[in-house]
Amino acid sequence: MNQSAYDVIVVGAGIVGAACADEFAARGMRVLIVDREVVGSGATAAGMGHIVVMDDSDAQFALTRYSQQLWQALRPQLAEDVEYEQCGTIWAAADEEEMAEVQRKNEYYASRGVPTQVLDAKALQQFEPNLRSGMEGGLLVPEDAVLYPPCAARFLIGRAQQRGATLRLGASAVQTGHGQVGLSDGAQMSAALIVIAAGASSSELIPGIEIKKRKGHLVITDRYPGFLRHQLVELGYLKSAHSVTSDSVAFNVQPRQTGQILIGSSRQYGAEHRDVDHDILTRMLQRARLYMPALGSLSAVRTWTGFRAATPDKLPLIGPWPPDKSLFLATGHEGLGITTSLATARILVDQIAGSHPQIPVEPYLPSRTAKECAHA
Amino acid sequence: MPSPVSVVVNGKPVSVPSGTTVAVAMMIAGHTCRTSVTGEPRGPFCGMGICFECRAVVNGIPHSRSCQILCESGMDVRTDE
Amino acid sequence: MSSAHSFDVLVIGAGPAGIAAAVRAAERGVRVGIVDDNSTLGGQIWRGGSDQQDESASKWRERLRDAAVFTLPGKRVFDQPVAGVLLAESDHELCELRYKNLVVATGARERFLPFPGWTLPNVLGAGGLQAMVKQGLPIRGKRVVVAGTGPLLLAVAAYLRKHGAQVPVLCEQAPWSRLAGFATALVSEPTKISQALRLTGELAGVSFAANSWPLAAHGQNQLETVTISRSGKSQDIPCDYLACGFHLVPNIELPLLLGCRIHEGFVHVDDLQQTSISNIFCAGEPTAIGGVDLALAEGQIAGLAASGHAASAQLFRQRERARRFARVLDRTFRLRDELKHLPSPETFVCRCEDVPFSRLRNHASWRAAKLHTRCGMGPCQGRICGPASEFLFNWRPDSVRPPIFPVRVENLAALDDSQRLAIPFATGDAYARPNMK
Repeated sequence: MNQSAYDVIVVGAGIVGAACADEFAARGMRVLIVDREVVGSGATAAGMGHIVVMDDSDAQFALTRYSQQLWQALRPQLAEDVEYEQCGTIWAAADEEEMAEVQRKNEYYASRGVPTQVLDAKALQQFEPNLRSGMEGGLLVPEDAVLYPPCAARFLIGRAQQRGATLRLGASAVQTGHGQVGLSDGAQMSAALIVIAAGASSSELIPGIEIKKRKGHLVITDRYPGFLRHQLVELGYLKSAHSVTSDSVAFNVQPRQTGQILIGSSRQYGAEHRDVDHDILTRMLQRARLYMPALGSLSAVRTWTGFRAATPDKLPLIGPWPPDKSLFLATGHEGLGITTSLATARILVDQIAGSHPQIPVEPYLPSRTAKECAHA
Repeated sequence: MPSPVSVVVNGKPVSVPSGTTVAVAMMIAGHTCRTSVTGEPRGPFCGMGICFECRAVVNGIPHSRSCQILCESGMDVRTDE
Repeated sequence: MSSAHSFDVLVIGAGPAGIAAAVRAAERGVRVGIVDDNSTLGGQIWRGGSDQQDESASKWRERLRDAAVFTLPGKRVFDQPVAGVLLAESDHELCELRYKNLVVATGARERFLPFPGWTLPNVLGAGGLQAMVKQGLPIRGKRVVVAGTGPLLLAVAAYLRKHGAQVPVLCEQAPWSRLAGFATALVSEPTKISQALRLTGELAGVSFAANSWPLAAHGQNQLETVTISRSGKSQDIPCDYLACGFHLVPNIELPLLLGCRIHEGFVHVDDLQQTSISNIFCAGEPTAIGGVDLALAEGQIAGLAASGHAASAQLFRQRERARRFARVLDRTFRLRDELKHLPSPETFVCRCEDVPFSRLRNHASWRAAKLHTRCGMGPCQGRICGPASEFLFNWRPDSVRPPIFPVRVENLAALDDSQRLAIPFATGDAYARPNMK
C-alpha cells in the first residue's frame, strides 16, 4: 500500500511556509511542515515585519494590497506576541522630485481604494518631529502595519497544528520532487503536493529556480517610546530596491511595539556570508542619521543580517513548477515576504484546489521564468 | 573630608558624599531605578554595568547606567515611575 | 569627537591579568596601551578599596605606575571592524585602537540563577552589593543574607561585616564534603592560608551553611524576607539585602567576536597564552576561572609573549600551581541539580524582556527561545540570562555580532574606511600616569 500520510509537504517554516500550511490545513488537507532550524528562523527572523502596500507594478500592488487586507482581517485573532501594530507608513520626500513621486503614488493608491494622506512639510514635521527639518513632505498610508515576524509564523503554524498539521524541525530537505521529500536525517516522506517555501535556499533545493540572495542589515535600539510613530521610508528606497547589481542603502526605520527603533535598510548581491559588513552598516546608519539626526544618540543594542530571496523580475514565484507535477513554489518574495505571505498562501491554494483566486495569478507563475527547463 | 554632592532625584534634592554613584543616590533616596517591561520595580543588580537594571534618565539621557555614573553637583536624575 | 591610538601591545581589561601583561610588556620597551570599561583601573577584584589591598595588589599598582603604559580608562570595546583595529566608546567619545598584538584580559562576571523574587529591589549579586557599598551605599546596621556559591561569597560577607553589616547567614550550595576538599587545597597554598585565616577572623559570627540555597525572596515593592533551604529544611530570614551570586562565568564576548577558538566555554590558549589567532593572547578568567594568582601568572606570560619574549620557568611553575587551584575551584563549586528547580513558572529568567521560565521551557534551543520570546535580546545581550539558561536548559549559546556592548548609533556608524585613515594618531608624549585609586 502506497498511501501517504500527508496531502501536502511544505518545505520551510518561515512566514510564507507557515501561511501556506495554515491555508492548506484550513481547507482540510493533511499537512506536514519541515524546516532545518526552527519556526521563522530564516529571513522571517531577520526582516523588519513591515506590512506595506507597494506600487512598483500593478502585480506587486495587487498582491500586497490583497495581503494587507488579509492581515487586517486576521488581526483580532492574532496572539499578543505577534505585536501587530497599525502604525502606517510615511513615504518621506526630501526634495521636489520626490514630492512629485508622492503625488503620483497618492493618485495610484487613491484610485485603487487605498486610504492615503499627502503631508506637506509642516504636517510631516508634526507627525514625525525627529525627522530632520527641510523635508518636502510625504505620503501617509495609514493602513500599513508592523508586526513581529517569528511569532506571526509561529501563530500560523500553531493554527495549522490545531487542525492536525505536523511540524518537523531540525532536519533539512536534501531532495524534493516527484512526490517525495528526503531529509538530512534519512527520513523519507511522500505527498502528492510539495510546496517549496524555502526562501533564499530555494534554488539550492531545486536547480532551475532563479533566486539570488540579497543580503540586508538591521540595527535595533533600546526602548524610546514616542521617538517614532510610523514606519518611515525614504522615496529613494525605490531606487535602491530597483537596482539589480549594486549594493545600496536606504533610510527605513520602524517603531516596534516595544518602543525600540528598527533601523534599516541595505541590499547587497553576491554576499554569501552572514557576518556584518561594516562598510554597509556604516553607510546605512549614516544615511539614517541624515534623515533623523537624533537617531545618533540612541543606544544600539543589536545588529544582524539576513538573506532576502530575490527573483529577476522582483515578483515572487507562486504556483506550479512546470518540470515536476508534484512541486509548487511559494518563494522569491524579496523584501515583501511578511506582507504578501497570506495572499501567497491564498492564491497558491486556490490554484491547487481549483477555486478562483481573488487576483490574477499569471504575474507570479513560475512558468513565466521557464526557459529551458529540463524535463523530469 | 570631601564635600557632599547634591543631585536631584525625581525633582527632590539628595545630598550624598563625593564619590557616590547615581545608583546609590537613588537607593538612598528610596527610589527604584526603573520599571520593567511588565511593570515591576527594579533596582541595581550586578553593580558592574552589565545588567542594565539600574538605568535611569540622567541629565536628560535615557538608559543611562546609573551604577557607572558618579554623582555630580546639580545632576538631574529621573526614574521612570 | 574621536581619538585614535596605535600600540605594539594592546591589553583589554585592567584587572590583575591585564595589569600584569601590560607591565611585563612595557618593561620590555614596547609601546603598550591598557583599556578598561571602568573609569578606575583594577578590575572587579582590585578596584576602589585600599581596604582590599594586599601586598600583591600594591606591588602591581606601583609597577603599573612606573611602567610607561598608556592607560585608557572608561572605554568600552564594542567592535573590530577590520583585523587589528578595535573600536571603543566612552561617554561621548569614540576611540579607535590599533594593535600589533592583543592581550584579552576581560575577566569574569557573576553567574546569576533565577528563583522566585530574585528581581525584587535590594536583591543584588554578591559582587553587586559589594560594588554598591564601594560606590557609597550605607550598609552599617543592615541585615544582609549572602547566598549562592563560590569563594566570592566569603570575601563579600567579610567585606560587608567590616563595614558594619549584619550577616545572619551565608548559604553555600556546595555540600560539606566538597568544601572540605577545598579547605585542604587552600591549606596547601601558602598565600591562601593567610587569606583564609584573615577571612576566618573577619567572618566570626557569620553562620555558614553548606548544602544551602535561596528558595525565594519576598517583599511588597522591595526585599523583606528571604526563604532559604538549609539541609533540607526551609527557613525564613527577614533582611534588608540579599547578596546572591553563583560563582563566575568568563567574559568571552570579545574573543568570540575576534574569532578565537573557544573550548567548553573558555578561550583556548597554548602554553604561551596565545589563542587560535596568532597575534591575540588571552589571560585570566576568560581561559579558566582561577582567581588572582592564575590571572597574574597568565597575564605575565601573555605580556611577555605578546612583546616577543619568553617567560621564566618560575612563571610557568606559578601558573601550573595556580591552575591546580583553578581545577579545585571548578570541582568544589559545581552547581547542584536542585538549583534547576528553583524558578517557578512565573519567575523571570530574562530580566531585560521579562520572559518567564514557563515560556522558555518549551523551546529546544537558545536560538529558538530568543526568536520567540526575546530572551537574550535585551541590552544585557544575554550576559545575565545566558549563563542561567545554559544551566537550566543545557542550551549552547550562539555566536556574537557587533556591537558586543550597546553603543550609541553614531558610534556604530562612525567610521568608514576613508574616515578611518584620516584620523591622526596620538603621539608618544601623550602617555599619562595611570588612574587607579
